[in-house]
Amino acid sequence: MQDKPSAEKLLAAARAFLNDTAMPQLSGHAAFHARVAGNVLDILARELELAPGFNRAETARLESLLGETGTLKELNRKLCDKIATGEMDLSDEKLKIHLIKTTMGKLAIDQPRYQGYKTAKAKGWPEEDSGETIK
Amino acid sequence: MGELSKEQFEERLGSICTRRFGSPIENLKRLSGGASQESWTFVCDGQAYVLRRNPRGVQTSQNALPKASEAAIISAAAEAGIAVPKISFICDEDDGIGEAYVMDFIEGETIARKILRDAEFDAVRPNLAAQCGTMLAALHNIDVSALPDLPFSDAVGELEKYAGYLKAGGHPFPVFELAIKWLGDNLPEKRAPALVHGDFRNGNIMVSPRDGLVALLDWELTHIGDPMEDLGWPCVPSWRFGQHDMPVGGFGARADMYDAYRAAGGEIDEKATRFWEILGTLKWGIMCGVLMVSAFESGADPSIERGSIGRRASETEIDLLRMLMGED
Repeated sequence: MQDKPSAEKLLAAARAFLNDTAMPQLSGHAAFHARVAGNVLDILARELELAPGFNRAETARLESLLGETGTLKELNRKLCDKIATGEMDLSDEKLKIHLIKTTMGKLAIDQPRYQGYKTAKAKGWPEEDSGETIK
Repeated sequence: MGELSKEQFEERLGSICTRRFGSPIENLKRLSGGASQESWTFVCDGQAYVLRRNPRGVQTSQNALPKASEAAIISAAAEAGIAVPKISFICDEDDGIGEAYVMDFIEGETIARKILRDAEFDAVRPNLAAQCGTMLAALHNIDVSALPDLPFSDAVGELEKYAGYLKAGGHPFPVFELAIKWLGDNLPEKRAPALVHGDFRNGNIMVSPRDGLVALLDWELTHIGDPMEDLGWPCVPSWRFGQHDMPVGGFGARADMYDAYRAAGGEIDEKATRFWEILGTLKWGIMCGVLMVSAFESGADPSIERGSIGRRASETEIDLLRMLMGED
């Protein structure tokens, strides 16, 4: 077990330093990179919070789709092969829901403000599952 | 040779300009943005210039033309009446600043979000999609036999190239596989090869508050291929900068661009433009999720900017899913 402060709190402190201290002193290309660095810290904070549950949910769906077990990467590779050969496509409702939820989960971490993500939500596309009820 | 420091670069550029223009340079500034190459502005003898440069040793855009060919194509486009900056000179090996060329500075805006949001562009924005159509028709009408040697890449070529990058990257992207399958099953009809800009989109056009579209920039991906590629790429959702209901660059309707293209003598194949929109979205996804990540992880470009772009692959996945389900 790691000691305190938690990763979440340390990230928040780094974010506050960037915003409140570093950014006001920067201009031009350095200011641009500082903004990008701030966005990266936000991604990491969301990933720490959401990814463990999302990954459990994705793994469970892949195991059900493919009828086998494995790591997330192995299962995704197998799914890629089945899609590439045409063995599975979007006419398969289970695959469609799986890809939608997985992609919605990536967006919730990477870019929750992306317009395409907002549009999909407005259209009622389901969010990724929290993974808590699955295992 | 390693990458130059800003001081070394400024000193060398200063002596190049002193030799060519008889005057030192002032106000050298790096422009932000431009993930795959650098742009700088400076003043020499009262005239403002832009320098475009591939940093030495960093090849992130694997299909980029040599800077000298890029400059030659820009000059050919100018002769065909296409609005482009005038090329002043091309740097050679002895100049010691890597591959670069210098062109006249043109007054105008290239930052996509400003073009879409700032009130000063309200008057010209509604006409931009049509101006794009007219410009593309003139570009695609250029006689390709008179041009310097350019790479050839059509629908099959581009699809195979990017499918190859994805495979070589090794990271699994099920949505990209789905798009590759669809694209392979829906290849466009072959048509006469044309000069394709290859990066025609909001962000690579210069817009003035008075005249609208005043210059086409960023010619580094120019090739010979299917002209419909240039009509699909500006409609890729990532190039709408948040204005998804305006398919052309976030500023206009497809019909406005198509009508102007036809009025200027071009022929539109809407099945092909759709193919290129989907392939374009896939290409941007693979650039982000595979090529940028590889440049970052290999240490070729360890910047936070390069690394963070990798996480934009997911935006193209959601766009591809929507497109493959017949939306957008």
